[in-house]
Parts: sequence; C-alpha cells; structure tokens
Amino acid sequence: MADISCNFLGIKSPNPYWLASAPPTDKEYNVVRAFEAGWGGVVWKTLGEGDPVVNVNGPRYGAIHGPDRRLLGLNNIELITDRSLETNLEEITRVKKNWPDRALIVSLMVPCEEQSWIDILKRVEETGCDGVELNFGCPHGMSERGMGAAVGQVPEYVEMVTRWCKTHSDLPVIVKLTPNISDIRQSARAAHRGGADAVSLINTINSIVSVDLDAMAPNPTVDGKGTHGGYCGPAVKPIALSMVSEIARDPETHGLPISGIGGVTTWKDAAEFMALGSGSVQVCTAAMTYGFKIIEELNAGLSNWMDEQGYDKLDDFVGRAVPNVTDWQYLNLNYIAKAKIDQDACIKCGRCHIACEDTSHQAITSMVDGVRKFEVIDDECVGCNLCVSVCPVEGCITMEQMTEGSDPRTNKPIDHDYANWTTHPNNPSAVKAAE
Amino acid sequence: MSTNAGSRPDIQSSRLEDEDYSKNFSDIHPPLNKHEAFVEADRCYFCYDAPCTVACPTSIDIPMFIRQIAADNPKGSAKTIFEQNILGGMCARVCPTETLCEQACVREEAEGKPVKIGLLQRFATDHLLEDGDKVFTRAALTGKRVAVVGAGPAGLSCAHRLAMHGHDVVVYDAREKAGGLNEYGIAAYKSVNDFAQKEVEFLLSIGGITIENGNRLGETISLADLRQNFDAVFLGMGLAGINALRAEGEDLDGVVDAVSYIADLRQAKDLSKISVGRKVVVIGGGMTAIDAAVQTKLLGAEEVTILYRRGKEQMNASEYEQELAQTNGVTIRHWIKPNKLIGENGKVVAIECEYTESKNGSLSGTGETLTLNADMVFKAIGQNFVAAPLNGSAEAIELDSGRIKVDENRRTSLGDVWAGGDCIAGGEDLTVAAVEDGKVAAEAINDVLSA
Ligand SMILES: Cc1cc2nc3c(=O)[nH]c(=O)nc-3n(C[C@H](O)[C@H](O)[C@H](O)COP(=O)(O)OP(=O)(O)OC[C@H]3O[C@@H](n4cnc5c(N)ncnc54)[C@H](O)[C@@H]3O)c2cc1C
Ligand SMILES: Cc1cc2nc3c(=O)[nH]c(=O)nc-3n(C[C@H](O)[C@H](O)[C@H](O)COP(=O)(O)O)c2cc1C
Ligand code: SF4
Ligand code: SF4
Ligand code: SF4
Repeated sequence: MADISCNFLGIKSPNPYWLASAPPTDKEYNVVRAFEAGWGGVVWKTLGEGDPVVNVNGPRYGAIHGPDRRLLGLNNIELITDRSLETNLEEITRVKKNWPDRALIVSLMVPCEEQSWIDILKRVEETGCDGVELNFGCPHGMSERGMGAAVGQVPEYVEMVTRWCKTHSDLPVIVKLTPNISDIRQSARAAHRGGADAVSLINTINSIVSVDLDAMAPNPTVDGKGTHGGYCGPAVKPIALSMVSEIARDPETHGLPISGIGGVTTWKDAAEFMALGSGSVQVCTAAMTYGFKIIEELNAGLSNWMDEQGYDKLDDFVGRAVPNVTDWQYLNLNYIAKAKIDQDACIKCGRCHIACEDTSHQAITSMVDGVRKFEVIDDECVGCNLCVSVCPVEGCITMEQMTEGSDPRTNKPIDHDYANWTTHPNNPSAVKAAE
Repeated sequence: MSTNAGSRPDIQSSRLEDEDYSKNFSDIHPPLNKHEAFVEADRCYFCYDAPCTVACPTSIDIPMFIRQIAADNPKGSAKTIFEQNILGGMCARVCPTETLCEQACVREEAEGKPVKIGLLQRFATDHLLEDGDKVFTRAALTGKRVAVVGAGPAGLSCAHRLAMHGHDVVVYDAREKAGGLNEYGIAAYKSVNDFAQKEVEFLLSIGGITIENGNRLGETISLADLRQNFDAVFLGMGLAGINALRAEGEDLDGVVDAVSYIADLRQAKDLSKISVGRKVVVIGGGMTAIDAAVQTKLLGAEEVTILYRRGKEQMNASEYEQELAQTNGVTIRHWIKPNKLIGENGKVVAIECEYTESKNGSLSGTGETLTLNADMVFKAIGQNFVAAPLNGSAEAIELDSGRIKVDENRRTSLGDVWAGGDCIAGGEDLTVAAVEDGKVAAEAINDVLSA
C-alpha cells in the first residue's frame, strides 16, 4: 500500500489532508471530531487580537447548486473566530498535546503593526503548535478594517508582515494568499521575499452568490441588506488550480512549498492540486457539506490510485504536472484531433449536435439516411472538445489524434513535427527560421 | 337446482368499510411535490429535436416545459404545455406514457429510467389550474360561428383553439356534463377530485364557447341544420356503440357493458352504493377491460379474472397496465374465449369458455372448454361508431372501416365538416390523440374561415 503520510515543511501528518481555517476548525470539539475521523491536520480558525470580533446574527451563507441541489459553490460573510483568544489558545494547547501525530497550524490575523504580530506570535508559540498561517485573504469584513485581503492585495505589506513573523518567531510561516488580485505571482513573490516557508491558496473569492429578487438585495440578506462574501467550494477549484500552477512554474517562486486549497471535494481533486505542486491540501467546503467522514474516501481513493500508478509516496507525484503547464504560444499547432462518437454508448440526446451546430463548427450530423444519428463530420471538426464537454454520457465522445494522411478539414498533410505560434507564418512577430 | 340458490349470484354494494373506498380510489400516481419536481426536472437533458416531443401526439415541447419547471417558472411551463395540448392536465394523468413520451426518452435508453414526463406535466398544469391565472386570450373576434358535436377531448380541444382564433363556438353534447370519457370513462383513480370538470371550467375560461348539454345529434339537432346555421362543423362524438359478445346468454342479468358500468361508477357520489359481484369475469384485452377489472376489485370483488382470447403481446393494454391489474390482484388469463353464459333464473352464474390457439395467424378454439363461476360478467371487447345520427338529414358522410373518413386536416368528405377523436378512422383511441385531432381540425377550420 502506498504511503500517503505527508511531510510539509517538516510538519508531519498521517495524510496530506488538512482542514482549512474555517468553522470546522473553530473549536476543540470540532477539531477532535475531525481527528477522530482521521483528518491529517487542521489550520485553526483565524485568531485575532483584543476583544473578539462579532458575527452577524442572521444568515452567513449563500450557495449555488447543481442538479439535485448538489452544492457547487458556497459564499460566506463570516469573520475570523468570534471566541476569545485565551479560550482558543488553551484549546489549541490541549489538542496538540493529545494529538501529537497530527498537523496543527494556527491561522493569524492582526492589524498591520509589528507589535501586534510580535505579541500574538509569542502567545501562539506557547501552545506547541506546528506553525502559523498568515491570513491575508479574508475578502469581507476584516478587509474593511485594513486586514485580510487588504494586506494580501498589496505585495509590499505581504512582504513586510511575513518578514516580521520570520524575524520574531521560529515557527514555520505559511502565507495564505487571496485570489482577489490580478496576478497571483506578485503576492507569492512578495511572500517569498519576506522569507515565507510556504504559501497556501486560495482563500475565498469576492462574490455575490445571488440576488433575492423579492427583497431586491444580495443573498445572504441580513435585514434587507447584503454584502459581498467569499466564494469557495467545487466551483472555485479551476481558479485555484491555475493560481497554484502559476506559482509552481514561476522561476522566482519555483520550489516554494504550496498548500493547495479551493474546492477539494474528492481524492482526485487533491491529487490534481498535488500534481500541480501542492505538498499538502486543505479542505473546507466539502467537509462543511458532507461532514468529516469524507476523509475515508479521500484517503482510500488517493492510496488506491497511487498503488495503481506505482507511486510509493506523495513526493513521487507532487509537482509532476508542472512541467506540462505552458503558455498558449508553445502549444503544438500540428497536433490534429477529431471528435469520435461511440455509437453504442450514444443515447441520441442530440446535445453535441446542437452545441456544434448553433455555436460552433457545424460538424455533427443529426440525421443520417433519414434516421436520427449523431456522427462527427471530420471535414468540419476543428477538434475543439465542446461536444465532449456537453455530452451527458461519460466517455461517449473522445478526441482522437490523427496521425496519418491529411486533415480533411484543411486538406493539409499531417505534420509530425512540433510547431507553435512563435514560428507560425500568420504571427506578425514570428521568429523567422534561418534561411 | 342448487340448494343455496338464494345466495347466488352474489352481487352486493357496500362490500368495504367507508375509508377503504377513499383509500382504494385515491390518486394512483400521487402528484410530485416541489422538491420531487425539481429533482426530476434536473434529470432532463434538454435534448435536441427531443424524441419525447416527437413521440407526443400533441408535440408538447417537453424539454422546454421541464426546463421551465427547473427554472422555477411552473406557470410558464404550464403555458408551454397548454399551447400544444389544452387538456395537458388530463393527459398528464391518463396518457400511457410508457408507450409514448417516456418510452422515447433518451434516459429510457440510457438507464431504463425515463424522465417522469407525465408527473412533471401534472406538476406544471396543476400549478396553473390551482392558481387560476388566465394565460390564453382570444384574437380579435371574427364573427364566424362553429358548431362542435361532442364535448369530449376532441371537441373541447377544437373549441378552445377556435375560440382562441376569435371564432364563436357552440358545443352540443348528448350527456349532462361535458368532458366525454374524461368525465364518464377514465378510471376513477386516474382523475380524482372532480378534475375533469375543473379542467372543463379552465378551458372555458377563455370565453366564446357555449356548451349545450342534453343535445343529441340526430334527436334535438341535425347535421343539416348545423351546416346551415354555422360556418363550419366539427364532429367529436366518440364511440356510442358497444361490440356484442355474440355468445349465448348475453342478455342475462349480470352481464354488463363495462363502459356504462364505469360511467355509473364515475358519476356515483357514494361508491359504496355501487353493486359488484363477488366473482367477476371481464372479457377483453384493452384499457377498458383493465379499468373494469381493477375497479371492481377495488370495490371489493373477491375474485376478478380477465379473459383474453389472444396472448399477452397482442393485448391492447400496455404491459404496464397489465401489471397494474395484476398488482391489484386481478388474474389475467390468455388464449381463452367465451362460448356461452350460463344463467339461473335469468341471472348469470357462470361462463363457459374455450381455449384458443393461433394457427397461421388465424384464431380458433381448441375444443377444450372450462367453466368459471361468475356473479358478474363484463363486456369490454371494444366500442364502435354509431353513424346513424349523422345520416338522414342530408348527404351522407363517407365512412372508412365503420368510422368517419378524414384527410390529414381532419376534414370529412363534406367540405364544411371536420371530425376527430375516437369517431374517425385510423385513430388511436387515446385522449391525447383526440386532443390533437381537435387542434389540427381547428387550425384547418381557421385557415378556411379566415381565407
Ligand atoms: C373505460 C375507458 C378507459 C379509458 N382510459 C384511457 C386512458 O387511461 N388513457 C387514454 O389516453 N385513453 C383512455 N381511453 C380512451 C379515451 O377516453 C378516448 O380515446 C377519448 O376520450 C376520445 O375522445 P373523444 O372526444 O373522441 O370522445 P369521447 O370522450 O367519447 O367524447 C365524445 C362525446 O360526444 C358525446 N356524443 C356522442 N354521441 C353524440 C351525439 N349523437 N350527439 C351529441 N353528443 C354526442 C358524448 O356524450 C361525449 O361527451 C379510455 C376509454 C375508455 C372507454
Ligand atoms: C464560513 C467560512 C469561514 C472561513 N473563515 C476563514 C478564516 O477565518 N480564515 C481563513 O484563512 N480562511 C477562512 N475561510 C476560507 C477557507 O479556509 C478556504 O480557504 C476556502 O473556503 C477555500 O477552500 P474550500 O473550497 O475547500 O472551501 C473560510 C471559509 C468559509 C466557508
Ligand atoms: S470537437 Fe468541436 S468542432 Fe469537433 S465536432 Fe466536437 S464540437 Fe464540433
Ligand atoms: S451528446 Fe453524447 S449521447 Fe448525446 S447524441 Fe451526442 S454523442 Fe450521443
Ligand atoms: S427525451 Fe428525456 S431527457 Fe430528452 S428532452 Fe425528453 S424528457 Fe428530457
């Protein structure tokens, strides 16, 4: 059986799944339940200084749903922990003592003043925790007070606060990044310059999840008004994956450990984050939707897949997909693929046809010899994959590479050499091949 | 002479406790609640050129109405349905969806579980009927008048479409209430809570339609007069005749026409007043046979047997309907035909039957007989069209295999007379087919009247 134990910055956990800093990690009660269920670690719900923050007393969440009300995206307007610092520290100390084999990271957010960070770091160190995570991500509420995303959005602040923490504490420092910026690499580079041991991402995305059309106010609505919240869950995974890959392949931050977060729901999601360079993953929404028991599927699925692939330990595949993330301009323009429909699997819903017919390349029939039949017309198919994306039957349409003859659409012979946009004749700034 | 002749035949009312009647005759397919409707609506793939729509005789845009349910617009959904089928509420209850839309659903092919189109259709249409919103308005009045004979699905559908196009319509029906077999024929558990009348009310709310009940063509009105007094005539008279058994003893007491028995049952204010035999035999293989068998069983008959002279596959009742009968405790016996009905004191007590076989496609008795005791025997071997009311007053309408001959626009051999529903040749004898006929004819009539 594959070894799924994880060593992230020297912090060990029996598996790479940590619960992200959020309600599931807000109290000893929840965290103990999580550990009993088998979670590898937790990032404790973000602590602040002074009197605890207060939350709204009305609804905090909004959601978007897929078929059968499957939760696809969750939005929240919750703040950091609303319990006293003392209570939290006491519980953290006890939990770490009772669960020494689990990772316990403490998330922090205090005002942008050096002394505030010095003070809280001292107290946190006394708990015996494994490290700290700097919450530069919370996009609502806290950011209005100059914290959270308000820091994360200014690379200079990220660097400065990170440096303070590294200067005043020996604990490993993970900087949690906000996705509410235009270029995630700037934030990661800043954290790196400040001496961060790792980055974690993503925190939640600014969002208004829906509008209550009767109240004419955003959801969740608190006494007739709403505010933007933070978006997470399966819907944000693609955004998170892209950001993780950007950091993993940026020469300036390449090799900087990453804890991947955002929409992890099954083992596969986790494996994808790891393939793009995440040494551990964090989970929030999936646990909040289904409870802690999902850890069993997350563990079993990962180890099963690793066995099948012949990966003995996590490091065998962490970062393996990074070299295959490239810029568009380097994609091989000589690679030709055509859609192919498996007529036995096809249930004749016609979605592929209408998608291609109305919105793309008119490359799928709806009738052949007077009978309802969906077939790809190779002369028209540009290989775009839209039909595959809309077909309700998994595996029914596949994209098949053409390796022989010529492309019936362009009548050009298949060229086995790699050629990309940088050398394409239509590119005005193409690099001319030497004559 | 049997010694206990007094107790034979055993025909009684009040076989059940009061609450059993309401339990037995409650909605056979309870409606979906909102949650169930959302879950089911999400299963629809919104197919291109959807096979379900192709299979629907009235071509309801099924993917569209289901999408509208999913998008929380049940009223719009109902409108989509009613635009094609103004009796979409009844059709949602009575259509044999297992041989129509749901059979064609791609999810039937994909996983043997079609989208529950019928129940979704009911969800949407019930919503609108309960809300009582008016969704149809009439076009500018044309001043033209059309007579419709028969207030069944065909006639009502035709009348509504004509009214919508601005024509005024008078519907004549022989019976006391409108609705045709929706009111007098459909099994009670398919149309509970007086739905047929509610639907008629909804349909009439468009205005411009007058119903004249108690007017029988051939008696109080004649075709010649109608043709003279109206700009066009539509005939939707259904099938007034009952096929005879042509077996000895057919006239005995206790040998009952299934259709009129069902009509009485449908009209009964109190089902415990309906008498039913202890041992019941139903002869026939269609929907009427199934309905008579199941309903007598539900009225408390102890033993109900359907006799059909051919095999399971040849039965007109779908496999689903046959199963429904069986799960209700009805026995279906195939390859058996009645020879004669045996009576005592003028009352039927048994039926003598003969086994049958099919040789080179033709059916014959094997000579082997069996006798079944029966307190009641139901004839459900089909209905026929009675043409007499049409005739006599003017030129005769051309018939085809005993029913009215029409072209694809449902126009008869008389240029100003259209017909549809069970009374026309080549029909399917389904509510939904009758609705389509009425609609097609109305469009054709409108084309002619507005030319
Ligand atoms: C017992 C039974 C159960 C059935 N179950 C189903 C089912 O579950 N699903 C399904 O799809 N179909 C079912 N059917 C068939 C369906 O009911 C018919 O196909 C449908 O009602 C035909 O509609 P129609 O308008 O042509 O005729 P009808 O519904 O028969 O209406 C004809 C109308 O014309 C009137 N009329 C007749 N003669 C005259 C006259 N001379 N003058 C004036 N008015 C006249 C009648 O009073 C009646 O109101 C069933 C039929 C029966 C008998
Ligand atoms: C209700 C709620 C509260 C959260 N609070 C915090 C927090 O206090 N600190 C923090 O760093 N992230 C917080 N997050 C963000 C999560 O830690 C995580 O980054 C985000 O939800 C994305 O992961 P997911 O898609 O698995 O949920 C919160 C998320 C939710 C849903
Ligand atoms: S790959 Fe694109 S172009 Fe080709 S058939 Fe599919 S949708 Fe059409
Ligand atoms: S979308 Fe898939 S299942 Fe539907 S017709 Fe196309 S290939 Fe067949
Ligand atoms: S065939 Fe089935 S899945 Fe397709 S549109 Fe009709 S109901 Fe929906």
